[in-house]
Amino acid sequence: MTTITEPSGSDSTGAFKLSMLLNDTRYRALTFQFIALVAIIAAMAFIGGNLVRNLAEAGLNISYDFLGTQAGYDINQQPIPFESTDTHGRAAIVGLMNTLIVAFLACVSATVIGVIAGVLRLSPNWLVRKIMSFYVEIFRNVPVLIWILIIFSVLINATPSPRDFRGENPAASMWFFDSFAITNRGMYMPKPEFGPGAWFVVLAFVASIIGIFALRRYARNELFDKGRVVPILWPSVALFFVPVILVQLIMGSPISLEYPALKGFNFQGGMGLRGSLIALWFALAIYTGAFIAENVRAGILAVSKGQTEAAGALGMRPGRIMSLVVLPQALRVIIPPLISQYLNITKNSSLAIAVGYMDLTGTLGGITLLQTGRAIEAVLMLMMFYLIISLGISFFMNIYNNAMKLKER
Amino acid sequence: MKKSVFFGALTVAGLMAGASAAATLDDVKARGSLNCGVTTGVPGFAEPDADGVWKGFDVAVCRAVAAAVLGDGSAVTFVPTTGKTRFTALASGEIDMLARNTTWTFSRDVDLKFEFVGVNYYDGQGFMVPAELGVSSATELDGATVCIQTGTTTELNLADFFRSNGMSYEPVPIETGAEAVQQFTAGACDVYTTDRSALAAQRANFDTPSDYVVLPEIVSKEPLGPLVRHGDNEWGDIVRWTLNALITAEELGVTAANAGDIAGSSNNPEVKRLLGAEGSLGEMLGLDAEWAKRAIMVEGNYGEVFENNIGEGTQIALPRGVNAKWTDGGLIYSPPFR
Ligand SMILES: N[C@@H](CCC(=O)N[C@@H](CS)C(=O)NCC(=O)O)C(=O)O
Repeated sequence: MTTITEPSGSDSTGAFKLSMLLNDTRYRALTFQFIALVAIIAAMAFIGGNLVRNLAEAGLNISYDFLGTQAGYDINQQPIPFESTDTHGRAAIVGLMNTLIVAFLACVSATVIGVIAGVLRLSPNWLVRKIMSFYVEIFRNVPVLIWILIIFSVLINATPSPRDFRGENPAASMWFFDSFAITNRGMYMPKPEFGPGAWFVVLAFVASIIGIFALRRYARNELFDKGRVVPILWPSVALFFVPVILVQLIMGSPISLEYPALKGFNFQGGMGLRGSLIALWFALAIYTGAFIAENVRAGILAVSKGQTEAAGALGMRPGRIMSLVVLPQALRVIIPPLISQYLNITKNSSLAIAVGYMDLTGTLGGITLLQTGRAIEAVLMLMMFYLIISLGISFFMNIYNNAMKLKER
Repeated sequence: MKKSVFFGALTVAGLMAGASAAATLDDVKARGSLNCGVTTGVPGFAEPDADGVWKGFDVAVCRAVAAAVLGDGSAVTFVPTTGKTRFTALASGEIDMLARNTTWTFSRDVDLKFEFVGVNYYDGQGFMVPAELGVSSATELDGATVCIQTGTTTELNLADFFRSNGMSYEPVPIETGAEAVQQFTAGACDVYTTDRSALAAQRANFDTPSDYVVLPEIVSKEPLGPLVRHGDNEWGDIVRWTLNALITAEELGVTAANAGDIAGSSNNPEVKRLLGAEGSLGEMLGLDAEWAKRAIMVEGNYGEVFENNIGEGTQIALPRGVNAKWTDGGLIYSPPFR
């Protein structure tokens, strides 16, 4: 094509020629984007069409009917009751809940570990600083699967098996007045049993929590308005325990504890945390905690030193400088990478099968997929579930991020 | 893991048409080696020895097929598969056949679309417990923690067994046999359950086998055999009749040592047909006349393979039991070579 846009002449203003799509910088970018889009759609259509055709030729079809058929297998950790006669669909839900449980636990503990380690990495104390950088380096640089396996095997080899608790002179014994047991199957602890009248105690507990928040708000207002420091730590502790214990005693102990006891092969009753959950949770938390520690350190370093010095000049103590001046500003730097760490935890939790934890990948993407042979369907569903969880996490963390963002007034 | 399943699934979809339409025999010949799926390691059944050479009862079937097709029992590429990966590997064409103590079931045959070519070991699911537990029957296992391999029939039988006996249990799903054994011996579970042949094989490898007992109950039927994909019947025939050749050879007294010359001296027509001295069975299979002779000469007939790998003379010491040849009252039986 020979035409080159000429600024003069009869057809000058606004007249559009086809060649402008390529030659005019105003349109060129759009043209290329359009071509790329068409190419991507064509490639997708080709792959998709190929898939459908090959499946049809192999006599396979895409069908989700298997979700309604009997699963036939059992699941160890059941947030909702599950039996082998239930459906594959329900097994997937149980797996999903198990994924969410371990992801939630690991996200919370990784954050706590990460913040502590990140702050301590900047500690003026040489030893503390070195220990923390040792922690960060060693956990960050070994794959998480290896950590899961190491922690799990330490757990099963270093703890006694349930049968060691048996007999006249047992090799192992329970802790805290026979209420806790740590075995190579997991941790067993007392479970609260809610008798009649228990809701008074629960009410008292809720009221205490509200009271603690009210106290903190009051203390803050006093501080900001009158410059008076109101003690909050000990009153909070008292508020937390005293009313609940009082109501519990007055009502004649409506909440009782069910203790775990050795029955048959294992501890029964009480509350149990499986070794697989503990190992997975702990490994994910401590591994991701190392990354979060680095984010926290970066966030703190991003707050200019002048802030710390100014706060110091006002006579604030170092702990308060950190929690009142530095960390709130550092959060703006810390939160965005924190979101991706939470996403990593969720995705890494799919390594659960290494320790026999029945998460979504273990049920839907594992046993269901294998027993029904519905690989494509199961994997598509699996991808969809993880996508939804990840988008959900991003959504809520972005809300939090916006709340924390620098607000220009 | 998630990724590999996904890509596996894509490959299934992508290669299925190609794999099932094309003749596997031609592929194997062109490649010059047989891709055979085996376990990741079960002593006596399939395990690399100290020199890295795969040995075992299931491995022998792969070698016999390679000898029949390619003339060389060592022209095999062994692909270790777990309970989880084996079917994807076969369906996608990554392996030409699977010889991995796999149970022949209705749904695997019909729904997963595989062709079981026969049975080389009639087995059943059993339970193993540490002797110090003092358990003498599987019906005493209420409340036990049980180690199982995922993706197996074992998992389903276990659920059925406990449910029908009104007992509860805590399943610990594990991916490979080796990990299962490791967890079991470390005491992470009270019971280990799988096919009884594998229990015996793995127990023989424990530091102190006598610390563990296999309970008497057999809770399922597990006919284990080699399998291929649906849709390539010629290839299925080759694998099927290679296995049958080993079984027939035992019946006829053809061994690794005498297969080379017995065709000349014997006056049994079936021996002559089997070894290619008479008739044209090899040709019908698309192979040469001496295919079966080569298959037998690799590791011997079925009986020899059994005795040398898992028989009473070995550490694993499995009795022939129901796996004796039919003339001795067992179930091992081959249709006639004619
Ligand atoms: N026969 C059953 C179970 C087969 C199976 O997985 N057996 C275990 C016994 S240990 C095995 O071979 N494991 C070896 C491995 O994981 O590679 C089936 O086909 O589902």
